[in-house]
Amino acid sequence: MNQITVYMLMLICALVVAGFVYNRSQALTKFRQMRAEAGGKLELSSWHSQASYHGYFTGWLVIFVTFTVFIAGLLLGAQSGGGVIPWVAVMIIAGVGTIFLCGKKISGGFRARTYVERFVHGLLIVLSIIAVLTTLGIILSLLFESLRFFKSVPFMDFLFGFQWSPQTALRADQVGQSGSFGAIPVFAGTFLIMLVAMAIAGPIGLMIAIYLTEYASAGVRKWVKPAIEILAGVPTVVYGFFALLTFAPFVRGFAESFGFSVPTQSALAAGVVMGVMIIPFVSSLSSDVINAVPQTLRDGAFALGATESETMKQVVFTAALPGIIGAFMLAISRAIGETMIVYMAAGKAANLTANPFEAVTTVTVQIVALLTGDSDFDSPKTLVAFALGLVLFVITLLLNVVALTVVRRYRAKY
Amino acid sequence: MSENNFVSPQAVKRLKKRRGVEFRFRLWGQAAVGFALAALVWLLVSIVGTGHSAFSQHFMTLDFELSETTLDPTGARDAEKLRGANYRRIVQQTLYAQFPEVTERKAKQEVFALVSASGATNQLRQMVYQDPSLIGQTVRVTVPTSDQVDQLFKGYIKRETAEDRRKVSDRQIAWADTLKERGVIRKKFNKILFTNPDSRDPELAGIASAILGSVMILVVAFVLAFPIGVGSAIYLDEFAPKNKFTDFIELNINNLAAVPSIVFGLLGLAVFLNFMGMPRSIPLVGGMVLALRVFPTITIATRSALQSVSPSIVDGALSLGASHTQAVFKQKLPLAGPGILTGSIIGMAQALGETAPLLMIGMVAFVTEVPTSIAEPATALPVQIFLWSDSAERAWAERTSAAIIVLLVVLITMNGFAIWLRNRLEKRR
Repeated sequence: MNQITVYMLMLICALVVAGFVYNRSQALTKFRQMRAEAGGKLELSSWHSQASYHGYFTGWLVIFVTFTVFIAGLLLGAQSGGGVIPWVAVMIIAGVGTIFLCGKKISGGFRARTYVERFVHGLLIVLSIIAVLTTLGIILSLLFESLRFFKSVPFMDFLFGFQWSPQTALRADQVGQSGSFGAIPVFAGTFLIMLVAMAIAGPIGLMIAIYLTEYASAGVRKWVKPAIEILAGVPTVVYGFFALLTFAPFVRGFAESFGFSVPTQSALAAGVVMGVMIIPFVSSLSSDVINAVPQTLRDGAFALGATESETMKQVVFTAALPGIIGAFMLAISRAIGETMIVYMAAGKAANLTANPFEAVTTVTVQIVALLTGDSDFDSPKTLVAFALGLVLFVITLLLNVVALTVVRRYRAKY
Repeated sequence: MSENNFVSPQAVKRLKKRRGVEFRFRLWGQAAVGFALAALVWLLVSIVGTGHSAFSQHFMTLDFELSETTLDPTGARDAEKLRGANYRRIVQQTLYAQFPEVTERKAKQEVFALVSASGATNQLRQMVYQDPSLIGQTVRVTVPTSDQVDQLFKGYIKRETAEDRRKVSDRQIAWADTLKERGVIRKKFNKILFTNPDSRDPELAGIASAILGSVMILVVAFVLAFPIGVGSAIYLDEFAPKNKFTDFIELNINNLAAVPSIVFGLLGLAVFLNFMGMPRSIPLVGGMVLALRVFPTITIATRSALQSVSPSIVDGALSLGASHTQAVFKQKLPLAGPGILTGSIIGMAQALGETAPLLMIGMVAFVTEVPTSIAEPATALPVQIFLWSDSAERAWAERTSAAIIVLLVVLITMNGFAIWLRNRLEKRR
């Protein structure tokens, strides 16, 4: 079946190309013929469209016709059971017929270009609507599955419950087999790791942005900027492995040298590594905003005798503040949604704690942990992952929309 | 003397303080840059430090006597029987022959544990299956050693550790050393890492299926994301009327670029797998999910490339009688090409590193075969890294790091190519 599909698509392509080439040459022949009849004095402008547009027009129509046949074959072919051959025949007849009908249409007055441009236009609209459809798909699928979850677990118990142990539902007859789905410890863990990450990425990213835009020489900037951007290009699973293999044991050893006993998986290890990952994100967004602050403001401050750091702190920073807040919000949204680092380094047990040296869990970790095991799709244990996903999506959506609006409005101001 | 005098002691003190603040502020900036660079160096050094040794591995070259009495006592050369024959016995005998003095049963087992049992038997089985005339002959074959011996010679299993605390016994160390002196055990380039699919045995595990899976996913993602990304950018920038709906599409695209990648995984799970009933862990679905993930990146890059083309180009085309569509597609788009290509390559690099959405659509399956089509279960390079990182053994850590090195080299090449392309094409303009 699969191979047949591929052959059918190849047949469609062949028909389209043949239609294009044939009718383009038809149009050229017709034009030359008419010119010869007019004694070589035919005005170019008496033909509305170039020959290739007649070809494109044919190609588009052939695509529509053959695809209709193709889809009809996919839908009906399985029921009629007559095999593939009749459908191939129908497709070839329809395609070749279209080519000849279009060929008949070719004349100086036929506005092939207008039609082709309308096709292209329609196609572009369809392509850009895919973005809306994707968002819609996300919202609908998350809502649909979450609602099924909220049928068995009340919404308020989920959002404000303090007990998170969905893993208990191993056997139907087990005590407490329903599991408990109070997500507060999960949210708290997410928030704690986000705080640790932002405590690293916020100040360091901002200082890098300030240093590179205001202090560094062009030579330094040329080398340091791409180097820092490498940090953004490293896949998160690599950071996760680094946290697991190198950084978490380092944190533990460091804490043990002060006499503390710390588990290998800790909010601190995951948070710091995540912070490093977000640094380039904060620094590049912030330097965009800082660069957008007009030079006249700086010159004014310098003229009043301010030093560079005073200008930065009191003038540029203040002016750039909304944009910087926007950048931080985007960074927070990224920290909340980050998955691999926390899955590998932060742990899966839900602890309600503010101590960064303890293992905590996050929304994304729970989604992965609940959905990667093989379990049936109707238990609350798997459906709760979609409820968590919905919360994640709503929060990041709010952060993104507010931040994007702030950043855009701010850029427009200067 | 008033306090406003610029040479008064107070003023001098104030100035000194301000200069101190200035100096410290600059120092903070340098420290921040230094921190980021140090983190990068630490990351790379740690990965390369653990991973470089996985590119070589220890192999044994032995003469295996493929005796007919063991493999095919009936002499029928039946293909099915040959497949199930006792190759393990042959490997055992060959190894025992190296140490005729060993007779005790337990010790013999330990001798056999020096070689990669399944690696050696599989290799012999393949050879005999392809050429049954080898039976009865003696063949010289290079097979991998067991991962313990490999780790021992690489120095990761320390000889000075107490015997009961390491997985290799003192006897085994002595035998392995003897084999090395005899030239049986040699260190070679680890081809297995690049040609084998995943395996339960670290010495046989490779990233071939993961690389192929990643390539398939990227091809699918590119074929889908490139037209969507470029098409929506052209529409929004060139043809869309300025109204609420256009603004809404734009906001959607910008937001999608910042939605956590795991949400796309949930979308794929709910729509492609549950609703449409597509199979789990196939590259086709992975590519579709990642296409949705990266097309906003391509759209944003394309839009900024289109906006950077000078409007006079379009004006010129229009004044010569081109239609708007002709001006955009024939004049503006080619000039924006380098920017669009750069954005697409960066988007594809992003897709190559994505792990979480692929976990959601079930690409964590243990795949021991190299996939042949986009509709067969496969795994991807980052997912393979994730799966291997779960195993605590040193041999796995080494291979995980090696896979990461491969991934990073590919990513840096892609990004470097994107930058090179942009610089080159911009210069030519």
